Amino acid sequence: MALPQPKLDATEARIAALGGVETAGCLGPAREAALGRLRDMGLPTRRDEYWKYTRPETLVQPEAPAAALFHGDEAPIFDTIDRVRLVFVDGVFDPGQSDDPALGGVTVERLADVAARDIHWARDAYGVLEARGQNPVHRPLAALNTAYATDGVVIHATGKAEKPVSLVYLHRSETSDAILHHLIRVDSGADLTVLENGPAAARFNKVMEVDIADGGAFHHVRAQGRDHERRAATHIFARLGRESVFKTFTLTANGVLTRNDVVVELTGDNGVAHIAGACVGDGDFHHDDTVFVTHEGECCESRQVFKKVLRNGATGVFQGKILVREGAQKTDGYQISQSLLLDEDSQFLAKPELEIYADDVACSHGSTSGAIDEGALFYLRSRGVPKGPATDMLTLAFLAEAIEEIEDPELRADILTRLDAWLERRRR
Amino acid sequence: MLEIKNLHVKLEEEDKAILKGVDLSVGAGKVHAIMGPNGSGKSTLSYVLSGRAGYEVTEGSATLEGQDLLEMEPEERAAAGLFLAFQYPVEIPGVGNMTFLRTAFNAQRKARGEDEISAKDFLKLIRDKAKDLKIDADMLKRPVNMGFSGGEKKRNEILQMAVLGPKMCVLDETDSGLDVDAMKLVADGVNALRDQGRSFLLITHYQRLLDHIMPDVVHIMADGRIVKTGGPELALEVEKDGYAHLTPEAV
Repeated sequence: MALPQPKLDATEARIAALGGVETAGCLGPAREAALGRLRDMGLPTRRDEYWKYTRPETLVQPEAPAAALFHGDEAPIFDTIDRVRLVFVDGVFDPGQSDDPALGGVTVERLADVAARDIHWARDAYGVLEARGQNPVHRPLAALNTAYATDGVVIHATGKAEKPVSLVYLHRSETSDAILHHLIRVDSGADLTVLENGPAAARFNKVMEVDIADGGAFHHVRAQGRDHERRAATHIFARLGRESVFKTFTLTANGVLTRNDVVVELTGDNGVAHIAGACVGDGDFHHDDTVFVTHEGECCESRQVFKKVLRNGATGVFQGKILVREGAQKTDGYQISQSLLLDEDSQFLAKPELEIYADDVACSHGSTSGAIDEGALFYLRSRGVPKGPATDMLTLAFLAEAIEEIEDPELRADILTRLDAWLERRRR
Repeated sequence: MLEIKNLHVKLEEEDKAILKGVDLSVGAGKVHAIMGPNGSGKSTLSYVLSGRAGYEVTEGSATLEGQDLLEMEPEERAAAGLFLAFQYPVEIPGVGNMTFLRTAFNAQRKARGEDEISAKDFLKLIRDKAKDLKIDADMLKRPVNMGFSGGEKKRNEILQMAVLGPKMCVLDETDSGLDVDAMKLVADGVNALRDQGRSFLLITHYQRLLDHIMPDVVHIMADGRIVKTGGPELALEVEKDGYAHLTPEAV
């Protein structure tokens, strides 16, 4: 079917600005196929069902809107964690600031190197999960990413990783437009943690494809940068084999526009997928979590836990779906999305969806918006806790269920420190 | 210690007077009880003293050791030495009991210009107090009042009181919902805290709590006023004959 003219024009304008896809190297065919998908779908417009609550224009337009650099006084997150640090500055890998990626249990390479060297598993996997994730919901920004990504990391975990791989995204140019694509493969019995932090660029388009074999485990914790004017559209596509584990947590503090898509397929029996997020937004802030979990195997568990604290006109969006396919018996699906609105100017838009084709499943979902509980606030104050700290205690308590999804206590503590600092700044 | 003079209070949202001239003076080290029928304004008095929103003082005063309570924020009243044991302690998911109490403890110390105490010293303090009240240390790790039985919630109130060490303790129907054993534990906790520098105001509907905590003075409240004051024998009179003959104005 022909695309509507405005969509076609916007898509072609963006493609023209990006130029031709890189056809040389082993990723060429996958890139060309992705460009084909992009042209078929067209880039998102406000009229698309999955973009009703989030305006895609600035993520789609040919040039990235400028984003001022933000100079915070906080020490970078994860600084005390023993990790392999790989640094991208405005989407360009910086070997000078990065650690040697030699790591027990894992091989780490740059996507740019893989393209030249023809690593066959990467060649065969690049764009595959993204392409699968286009059905039933189109994710054209991810297809654009596969076609045009300039770099990224290719990680193959063959055993238990000695330490986390930490991707650090620095933002140094006010007009940078970064496109990164990470490809991750976790073998049977392997265990890998990936950390991500930083604002990345004025505009950031990132895809992470994670393929987890039977019995593999993948943990992901990310803190999206505080730069007030940055924009980001990110996708995680994960496929889980039998008895495998996938857990992801995202903290978002500010940023004018963030859209995080997570697409998970539980293909084997007894898989576990937890997708969690805590976001704190103040002022000109729009944050959208769009999650799609598909249960195919039996006895799988999935959890979606999203908490948003909004004030001063900030907007939060949650679109979460659990699809239980025929035969996915004994599915345990849980979904909760909640917002704490600290004033009357902020808003939360939620669209929880369940679609179930198996008859022996337990799925629950809930979504709430509310203010600080006055009764609890008075109770704390009556014990001597002043109003500001008491409000903060209740705010952190509200976020707790999402933060508890982070298994590693050190990482959890680090995220909590960030939240404390954010709340503290709001009281100044 | 606590001086209440001609206190008139109405609900902020509607033009309905609840307290219509309460006079009350509680001396240092004394235990006063306020008894009264439902709707007489007993709980309102406790909320107004502790600074809960929704009430408007239209006349009168309330001071604690000469400080004007009504001008203070709830947390300032706490730091000044006032403590309210809630009739319905609030459940707060996500806030650990221990964290909450330590934050409160240190916030009060800070407000009084005292040094904060370390997590380790606080742990010792709270463990000792919890043991006296037969509160399981595991309960302290749970979120505030979450999953607590009615008795545990009330004991938790007394524990907070013991840890924070207030000068003026207001106990709002602390006996409600308690069985005899739980009430005994709560009463023992209160009795252990009685001393010359600490006063109590026990708000109760029934006389039975006063079997365990012997008051110095008993007041009867009806229709927003204190209508009768006497010794412990007044409570027994209520137990025997009810409130009706003591409160001619009340319906």
